Amino acid sequence: MTKAELVDQIAEKKPGLTRKEVENIVSTVLDSIKAALAREDKVEIRGFGSFRIRYRRAKDGRNPKTGETVSVPPKKVPFFKAGKEMKEMVDGKG
Amino acid sequence: MTKADIISEVFDRVGLPKQDAEELVEMILDTIKQALKQGETVKLSGFGNFVVRKKNSRKGRNPKTGQEIEITPRSVVSFRPSMIFKDHVLSSATTTE
Repeated sequence: MTKAELVDQIAEKKPGLTRKEVENIVSTVLDSIKAALAREDKVEIRGFGSFRIRYRRAKDGRNPKTGETVSVPPKKVPFFKAGKEMKEMVDGKG
Repeated sequence: MTKADIISEVFDRVGLPKQDAEELVEMILDTIKQALKQGETVKLSGFGNFVVRKKNSRKGRNPKTGQEIEITPRSVVSFRPSMIFKDHVLSSATTTE
């Protein structure tokens, strides 16, 4: 399923809203999650899961082509952990 | 941030009545969950992909008793953030440590 298909499915169930409006709402939801993680906040959605930042330490890496050692700076990456209900559903128990 | 905050954001930014904002947010989350339940990958451009991965059975150990147990095969959801999402988090003003 793509974002466009997600929007279509919801627009079909909500005839009071235009496709454009639904698209706008979906984007707002995704943007608000992104913005929260950008300010190092975490997002907890019960039954769905939680999004938070994971910190990666700086490390020495190697350029695989030249074998040269390069330092890889510390990083922050988005991380998602499925909630209980989501886990059970996907595993066929929900 | 919780679901209530996401609903407020939709209410503020889209101008949808609170009750509708709530219904829509629930629908979005449910639709994604239903697709994953079917084992489908959910690709949200600019955000990331939710992928269902099948895990084989493996041996585990009860950390308390040391007893060996069989971990049954299972399906799990993993999220792969998009480049845009990763860059957004990396380039944010707040600094690490």
